[in-house]
Amino acid sequence: MTILRRPFFWIIAAVIALFAVAPSVGNNVELRENLLLAAVYITLASNINMMLGYAGYVNFGSIVFFGLGGYFCVWLMSAHGWPLLAALLAGGCAVSALALLFGLGILRLRGVYFALATIGVNEGVMAFVANFGPWGGSSGIYLSPMLFQPLGGPARALWVIYYLLVGVMGLSLYLSYAVKRSKFGLGLRAIGQNEDAAAVLGVRTPRFKAAVYSLSAFLPAIAGGLYFFKSAFIQPPDAFDLQFSTETIVIAMLGGQGTVAGPALGAYLYEELRGWLLTSPTFSHFQLVIAGVLLLAIVLFAPGGLMGWLYRRWPRLRDYFE
Amino acid sequence: MSALLEVDGLSKRFGGLRAVQALSFTVHEGAILGLIGPNGAGKSTVFNLINGVFAPDEGRVVFGGEDVTGKQPYFVARRGLARTHQIVQPLTNMTVLENCTVGACFGRENLALGRARETAREAAVLVGLEDRLDTMASQLTIAGKKRLELARALAARPRLLLLDEVLAGLNPTEVERMIGIIRAIRARGISILMIEHLMQAIMSLSDHIVVLNSGAKLAEGLPAEVANDPAVIEAYLGDPDLAAKLRAA
Repeated sequence: MTILRRPFFWIIAAVIALFAVAPSVGNNVELRENLLLAAVYITLASNINMMLGYAGYVNFGSIVFFGLGGYFCVWLMSAHGWPLLAALLAGGCAVSALALLFGLGILRLRGVYFALATIGVNEGVMAFVANFGPWGGSSGIYLSPMLFQPLGGPARALWVIYYLLVGVMGLSLYLSYAVKRSKFGLGLRAIGQNEDAAAVLGVRTPRFKAAVYSLSAFLPAIAGGLYFFKSAFIQPPDAFDLQFSTETIVIAMLGGQGTVAGPALGAYLYEELRGWLLTSPTFSHFQLVIAGVLLLAIVLFAPGGLMGWLYRRWPRLRDYFE
Repeated sequence: MSALLEVDGLSKRFGGLRAVQALSFTVHEGAILGLIGPNGAGKSTVFNLINGVFAPDEGRVVFGGEDVTGKQPYFVARRGLARTHQIVQPLTNMTVLENCTVGACFGRENLALGRARETAREAAVLVGLEDRLDTMASQLTIAGKKRLELARALAARPRLLLLDEVLAGLNPTEVERMIGIIRAIRARGISILMIEHLMQAIMSLSDHIVVLNSGAKLAEGLPAEVANDPAVIEAYLGDPDLAAKLRAA
């Protein structure tokens, strides 16, 4: 297992351990809620990074995976009495399969057209769900508090959900890392740099793109399942909120698209910034304006994001991070 | 010598422009075939038709006994056909080694990552990029990028290599060096189909020459025969220097 000898493997392990332990000390619920949101952001940003940073495809509608995962999980639990873990896994698989279908369709498009199509997928799915009877249409699905009982009651269930989400975040980071170091990842990066040249070099571009689109849907769908199970309530505008998608892109760009550590760092920083802005009396209404300005500044002045900038200044950092 | 690549009656139109018209030729195993012709004769289009960037309107491309007409570039690449581009297409934010590793990974032998890196390194050494392995492709000079194109194609361990003007834009020293590299590639048993404007170079390298003019085959034969063909000289007229060079070669 050469991967065990890589420092980055242990850095990820340390981050997971920190997330798991920190709020447990003294039963710090406020910290837990903060880190829970950070774990969701890291999961979403790491997965979108495989599309955006590796394969060079901007997915503006990635939140559709999160929302659909939430719907599948909540629906399987409330209408069919599935246990949480089974509902999460089934949701992940179903959303991945759907993403493969969407991907085969819209990945014929490139650049701006692809980005527009991803928004179309999100809006289309939202319109469908809002009119889909079994999922409660536009009023959504409410979960009975009884569903928290198997996890030891509501208070304990929140901790279980938190630990599961930290697990999903850890898996996202390892997945992102494993893909980057694999032959599959090399092919994706070749596509991201020059798709035509990649095909001439033998990379089966349609298959690779569909595979990464589908792969990047799996863990966000599970995170969505956990997130909406925690809320005990899901409705189309919350599940398919484009603002969440946009924030995910800002995070990946801020941290450094194409790097593994970047999205995690970006998610943490963005979440801190967002928390500060939301509670600040001056800025509370300008949170998204600031996110927009931030995105512009990154694109214009530091396209490699924070990690890109750090790697340029201290190239040796690359030996420790990815 | 058996046929490795057979091009049969190939035609391609772009709107009203007949870029390639009923073109047929054969590249034999282990041979170098030179494809020459004035600017706009359709040479690069022929390459794009062979490796699947464009699908032909008519005609067939048979590679290694298999009909690959209209197949995608990645399909053709995996069968053992690699190419370089006239306008270099580096994977800019990847290192020289990574660029070559892509070629090795997804080429004919479909190598695993570790083996592919070895093969990539060998290919980079062969073209003289051994001290640039960790340089970003974007930071190479134009001569370096041309060599990278070649290294990447070689890393795929192809049976046939399509070289699209690898000598263009190089200074005389670099040209000498590149000619040496092409001879070394051929010595490894790789067949070559090359487009080149440097007449002395292509005349001395090629076993056989096909001359293209306005998309159609104008002449074909040994370098010496083609160079003295009145039709060929006429096609190049308007550039008397070139005609004289053809005679001299």
